[in-house]
Amino acid sequence: MSFENIYWGDIGAALGQTLAMVGGALLLTVIVGLPLGILLFLTGRQQLFQAPVAYGGLSFVLNIIRSVPFIILLIVLMPVTVIVTGTSLGIRGVIFPLVVGTAPFFARLVETALREVDRGVIEASLAMGASTRQTILRAVLPEALPSLLAAVTVTAIVLVDYTAMSGAIGGGGLGDLAIRYGYHRFQTEIMLVCVAILIVFVQLIQASGNRLVAHFSRK
Amino acid sequence: MIRLERVTKSFAGKEGAAAALDGVDLSVAKGEIFGVIGSSGAGKSTLVRLINLLERPSGGDVFVAGERVTEARGERLRALRRSIGMVFQHFNLLSARTVAGNVAYPLELTGEYGKAEISGRVAALLARVGLSEHAGKYPRQLSGGQKQRVGIARALACEPSVLLCDEATSALDPQTTGAVLDLLRQINRDLGVTIVLITHEMDVIRRTCDRVAVLDRGRVVEEGPVTDVFLHPRHPATLRLVREAEPDGGSLDAVAGADLGGRTVRLTFTGPAAHKPILGRIARENLVDYAILAGRVGHIRETPYAQFIVSLSGRDVAGAIAGLRASGVDVELQGGAPLAPPEERPRHVV
Repeated sequence: MSFENIYWGDIGAALGQTLAMVGGALLLTVIVGLPLGILLFLTGRQQLFQAPVAYGGLSFVLNIIRSVPFIILLIVLMPVTVIVTGTSLGIRGVIFPLVVGTAPFFARLVETALREVDRGVIEASLAMGASTRQTILRAVLPEALPSLLAAVTVTAIVLVDYTAMSGAIGGGGLGDLAIRYGYHRFQTEIMLVCVAILIVFVQLIQASGNRLVAHFSRK
Repeated sequence: MIRLERVTKSFAGKEGAAAALDGVDLSVAKGEIFGVIGSSGAGKSTLVRLINLLERPSGGDVFVAGERVTEARGERLRALRRSIGMVFQHFNLLSARTVAGNVAYPLELTGEYGKAEISGRVAALLARVGLSEHAGKYPRQLSGGQKQRVGIARALACEPSVLLCDEATSALDPQTTGAVLDLLRQINRDLGVTIVLITHEMDVIRRTCDRVAVLDRGRVVEEGPVTDVFLHPRHPATLRLVREAEPDGGSLDAVAGADLGGRTVRLTFTGPAAHKPILGRIARENLVDYAILAGRVGHIRETPYAQFIVSLSGRDVAGAIAGLRASGVDVELQGGAPLAPPEERPRHVV
């Protein structure tokens, strides 16, 4: 094994693609998953808008998506991806299935985080004349902020994992590079470099997530 | 100010509906401190939550300031809740907001105040509860008593006419409890806010309230001025709660049935009578000896009281009893045939 034949340019480009995929998909996952999580929370048992049918239905759909292994979800979604984004290839083609794959997971984490908010605080907010909307936006979400940031951190790391898989079907990024060179061309050293970069990347996400959580913790 | 009429509340449980409140009638006058006492599970918390509709009654009506609130919804419900402050046992402060932020919260919700106005009112409220120097702290940096002061300042932010206190001192130590109760009384005096105070401790009622209702298994079993209910408890539930507040719980009643030869009476001195040497004088005048079997002395709010169970023996026991009554002492005969029919008290026992 030698490190002379490593295409640093390719690796740099792949890293950029991974960053773009993780960043873009994370942003969209939060935009889609946060409202879904709030909806799960509100319609849950003994919550503000308790609605067993709505909760059960939403829960069922999210569970179905979460049961499908991501690599299969990628393939199954391809026709839909083409309709939505015009292509199933590249960063554009891969962000849609990434969001579909992680938003249900993130929504569940949001639901759990919001449920941890002291019921007394919600009751106090309502007793002071807050509407449900005000209670969610001004009391529940700020109280749950540290848990929500932890949820974003976990989701970001799952996304790093998923981008490697999506690389296998033409998404690009470090995972794609590792598979193409390391697996198909037996250039183990390129795979090792890619894996090393991914390790550092994940550690960085976790560390900055932890710092954010600590910064906003008031308990 | 607040009126509950035949209010019932039942919760759906696994074994059918369980009644938390069963036909409660209550009336709280403007400006008074009204206590609701009961042991846990009596329905106190449910009762107080009906007043600001955190719970909706299953039957009956609730009136606040003459307005039937039972059917209030939407914006009208929120306006009603703004006119009723609430203080909680576990404070329920927003941990992500500072002390000032917590007090500002109800003002921000209204959308009617500018930033400058909010910060001015917050400063005044924090000064009132003695927390001005803690404005920038977060709740976790405060002691329990300080947290409850924030809770009280927050509850007063929208200038409510009613303040509901749900076991507001139950999570506090005795010293802090005293300070928080003093603060509530001061607020009642200064602002004329009607206070409804829920507790399981007779001591809290004795020190703070004008009138009290005793709640037992979802029903009001006794109601009246605190002096009456505290010194002359009638219902078993009231007796139990009064005894819990006694250092030597229950001794007052343990001796009541004992055969001591003499005539056993319960003497209650309230107000100025509690400070006068009445008992000795009357005993001398009627050539009567007395043995004090049990007693308690203290204050109900500012009113001093002394209550003794005394065994009287000697020449003119009936004369001594008449003399005590003439001096303003409340005399109740314990056991044996009554010398005179007991006087009627203006309060109802269910």
